Amino acid sequence: MTSQIDKTRAIEDTKIFDHEETRRGYRLNKFAMSMTKAENREAFKADEEAYMATWDLTDEEKQLIRDRDWRAIMKEHGGNIYMIMKIGAVLGHGLYQIGAHQRGQTYEEFLATRNASGAR
Amino acid sequence: MAKIVAGIGTSHVPSIGVAYDQGRTQEPDWKPLFDAYEPVKQWLRELAPDIAVVVYNDHGGDFFFDKYPTFAVGASELYPVADEGWGRRPLPDFPGDADFSWHLCNELVYDEFDITVCQELAVEHGFMVPMHLCFDHDPDWPVRVVPVAVNVIQHPLPTARRCWKLGQSIRKAVERYPGDTRVVILGTGGMSHQLNGARFGYLNSEFDNDFLDRIEFDPLTLLETTHQEIMEAAGAEAVELIMWLTMRGALASEVIRVHRNYYAPMTTGMGLIALTDAE
Repeated sequence: MTSQIDKTRAIEDTKIFDHEETRRGYRLNKFAMSMTKAENREAFKADEEAYMATWDLTDEEKQLIRDRDWRAIMKEHGGNIYMIMKIGAVLGHGLYQIGAHQRGQTYEEFLATRNASGAR
Repeated sequence: MAKIVAGIGTSHVPSIGVAYDQGRTQEPDWKPLFDAYEPVKQWLRELAPDIAVVVYNDHGGDFFFDKYPTFAVGASELYPVADEGWGRRPLPDFPGDADFSWHLCNELVYDEFDITVCQELAVEHGFMVPMHLCFDHDPDWPVRVVPVAVNVIQHPLPTARRCWKLGQSIRKAVERYPGDTRVVILGTGGMSHQLNGARFGYLNSEFDNDFLDRIEFDPLTLLETTHQEIMEAAGAEAVELIMWLTMRGALASEVIRVHRNYYAPMTTGMGLIALTDAE
């Protein structure tokens, strides 16, 4: 069997969403997936604490959401971007805002790095 | 026998769907993308396919990591538009062809592709963006669809060669379907992009244009490429490009290119190629 991933060649500033990441991030990603139902989005928007309390999240994970700490969620807590962006959408943080945060930039700084930022 | 009449490779970036729904397709930064699809739309109108097989990945539209199939094939008469977390898009649901789908599923499994068969499946941006880029829907879609979902988001992913072989197997199944059904196959996703970590926004237009060359002229050179190599060169999420190989594997070794485009405005190389068998 030829491995498709070479662990000895880590890609800088990059997470590969593998078994370690998906196990680590399972609770946060499952919570994020709940946002595909309108009634859950409404409940979350109406009372973030009460809605989070109905899910299997650790205190640390709840704090990451309170802090909108996308960088830590993605880098250290197994967030999958396609799931986590569903939380962001409810809270008014779009994919590009989440991206800017991961890069350690403001949204405006990030947009200035793009070729044609009107296409967003 | 049924026949594959066209193969399309295209990106499926979700922001394209937002711009489309908001009527912003002629804004300066979007126009180069949307206008590039007009000749393909026209070509497909002339070809008048009956069925579109759409190879895509689900980004939490219907599947979650509790059960995430490596390959899944729709076998329904209707595929509803998913709510991906921001409400249902204003598009009509997609008509299926359960008879054709079940034929495809039978043939694939007996050809040793152990797919998940889906009698209910909501489709999302990975599927829908290519559809509304390539087809009008006034008011209904002009083709019946078969969603083919591939795991390109939770490793281990199928290899590039496996995706190519799936395309070959799809072609054999199509050619064993009675009647004169005309099929277009779409391979979607990519091109270069990365959405996680400080490398968010990474693009590699040189890689993307080389991939467009190879998918047309020299696809066999792509089959040994590892996921590691794609992710290093073109970003972690660029690995979606292996789904283009399913499209290309379903075509003849020699193809005619009808159209090609490349545009990289924001965080993703948006590629388009339209091919048909050389005869």
